[in-house]
Amino acid sequence: MSADFPVALILIFGAALIPPLRGAVRRAYMLLLPLAAFICLLAVPQGMHGQVELLGHNLVLMRVDKLSLLFCYIFLLAALLAVIYALHVEDTLQHVSGLIYAGSALGAVFAGDLLSLFIYWELTAVSSVLLIWARRGEHSAATGMRYVIVQLLSGLFLLAGGLMHWRATGSLEFGQIGLTGTAGALILIAFGIKSAFPFLHNWLMDAYPEATPTGTVFLSAFTTKLGIYALARGFPGTEELIWIGTLMAAFPIFYAVIENDLRRVLAYSMNNQLGFMVVGIGIGSELAINGAVAHAFADILFKGLLFMSMGAVLLRTGTIKGSELGGLYKSMPWTTGFCVVGAASISAFPLFSGFVTKSMIMSAAADEGLLLTWLVLLFASAGVFHHAGIKIPYFAFFSHDSGIRCAEAPRNMLVAMAISAALCIGIGVFPRGLYSLLPFVVDYEPYTASHIVSQLQLLFFSALAFAVLMRTGIYPPELRSVNLDSDWLYRRAAHGFATTFHDTLTKTRAGLAAGIFAHAEAVIGLIDRQRRPGGLLMRSWPTGNMALWVMVMLLAYLLFYYAGNGHA
Amino acid sequence: MTQSSDSKKYWLDSSANVTKLFHGLCAVCLLLIAIDLFLHRHEDFEFVTLFGFHGFYGFFACVALVLTAKQLRRILMRPEDYYDRDDHER
Repeated sequence: MSADFPVALILIFGAALIPPLRGAVRRAYMLLLPLAAFICLLAVPQGMHGQVELLGHNLVLMRVDKLSLLFCYIFLLAALLAVIYALHVEDTLQHVSGLIYAGSALGAVFAGDLLSLFIYWELTAVSSVLLIWARRGEHSAATGMRYVIVQLLSGLFLLAGGLMHWRATGSLEFGQIGLTGTAGALILIAFGIKSAFPFLHNWLMDAYPEATPTGTVFLSAFTTKLGIYALARGFPGTEELIWIGTLMAAFPIFYAVIENDLRRVLAYSMNNQLGFMVVGIGIGSELAINGAVAHAFADILFKGLLFMSMGAVLLRTGTIKGSELGGLYKSMPWTTGFCVVGAASISAFPLFSGFVTKSMIMSAAADEGLLLTWLVLLFASAGVFHHAGIKIPYFAFFSHDSGIRCAEAPRNMLVAMAISAALCIGIGVFPRGLYSLLPFVVDYEPYTASHIVSQLQLLFFSALAFAVLMRTGIYPPELRSVNLDSDWLYRRAAHGFATTFHDTLTKTRAGLAAGIFAHAEAVIGLIDRQRRPGGLLMRSWPTGNMALWVMVMLLAYLLFYYAGNGHA
Repeated sequence: MTQSSDSKKYWLDSSANVTKLFHGLCAVCLLLIAIDLFLHRHEDFEFVTLFGFHGFYGFFACVALVLTAKQLRRILMRPEDYYDRDDHER
């Protein structure tokens, strides 16, 4: 196949052929699509391909370099794993939208110009919301609507910023943009929404836990990592990102500790992991960028694995609330084991993937002497072990026995989890494989005695803290509740404001109308009285009066005329 | 999904075993701290080479995290149907 053919279209148009297929043929076909795209990709040499002339602009549909290839490999891998995970589902809507979503994420990563980036950007929004609506409840309908509005808004920021960037530079090329001027700021907001910057983040915690069990696995892979890719492409070394990322790594973990919905806990911990990546991009050194994109790669696998295990629990028990679960290791031993592998990976235990990727970002921060950032990231590392590494497996599979007995997860789900778990361990044990795919040459050794001991100390003492707090009863229990986050601003405050504004407006209008009516009636009454016999309007007037008034008017006119001329 | 019916006893069901696990964890922690007596560290910041820095930082970071989050509940926690209620009085 020609190198100019956009690989993304294999998934996007390929997905359109799914509906007529049935049974085993459909399943085989869906597995084949990501594999076919991968094989095509292997044949494409690095460089700018798929150049199209549109309205005098040069669009690049296939920019193939190390950065875009890394994200495409992991996106295809994630798509394949998500398809395996969803094989048992009999829902055409989810199959089609899932693959179109994966394909459009792929297209966005290969986009070499801002216009085609924008088109794929919006396509990811529209296709992914279907995975939320596929849950087909009143609640998911509302959540999906909020989600898609935020996502499309991100696209509008990108469009506005892209057009201004084009006006300023005369080029639509999507390369280093930097935070210069309004164009850069608008594009950064667009990317920031997708990467869940603080105060732009809440669509993630709002929407991901509301999708179908399999849909969330698709969602967790693409949108936020597309944001990270775009930041790494357009804003490497932008210092503001260091502080944004530091904040992102820290504040969601407080929410994660008190959140009851375990998939929402994972969404908060995803936000925290994205913070590490944003810090890496903000630092901008070769080690930091390598660390950020390697961590994105690893995160797609281990976060996908954790969402898979929680999706299996939701599928089998019908709930994902920490307050209702517990003791499931007895019913779902395999799922428990895979979840623990995911938990160990996100917590960065030695020999698991997080250890070899996150440490690059930490080292890069230390190299630059960013003490505060380094301390916050270390705090966040302990925190992520606490809420994602311990809390998730503990409340779902251990804790007090909830009495729930259910079947083990379906076989295809177990296969997807097993492959993800194997990859998490594989990356941890043989980091050189992943390192060789990174954009810059890696001169970094994660397995030093010092580093291993530090990390083990950090993690085991965090575990000790959890155990002590649990045994002393200080640890806050899981409670059925929601916690206010920035979505309160538009779900409650803005709604309240709009309601009050509307009420006030209605009342004012009613009051004004009543006043006007009262006055109008008085005037009409007055006129009416003058129309009766003997009234002012019904009287007869002598002709002389009229002649007199005309004369007065003419005199006034003359006066004004001379006064006007006198001035001129 | 069925409610508990099997009477099979698991190792973790016994609280004595859970206590054993806890003691095991404490032992591992002590061991890890003890390594600091022998291992010569190469760290990016000077203070990180202090005895048991990562262990104590991890422990107190988590305790602080949980205690803060617990207090945050007072401000942030609402009933589960908070956003679903029709009346929008605060």
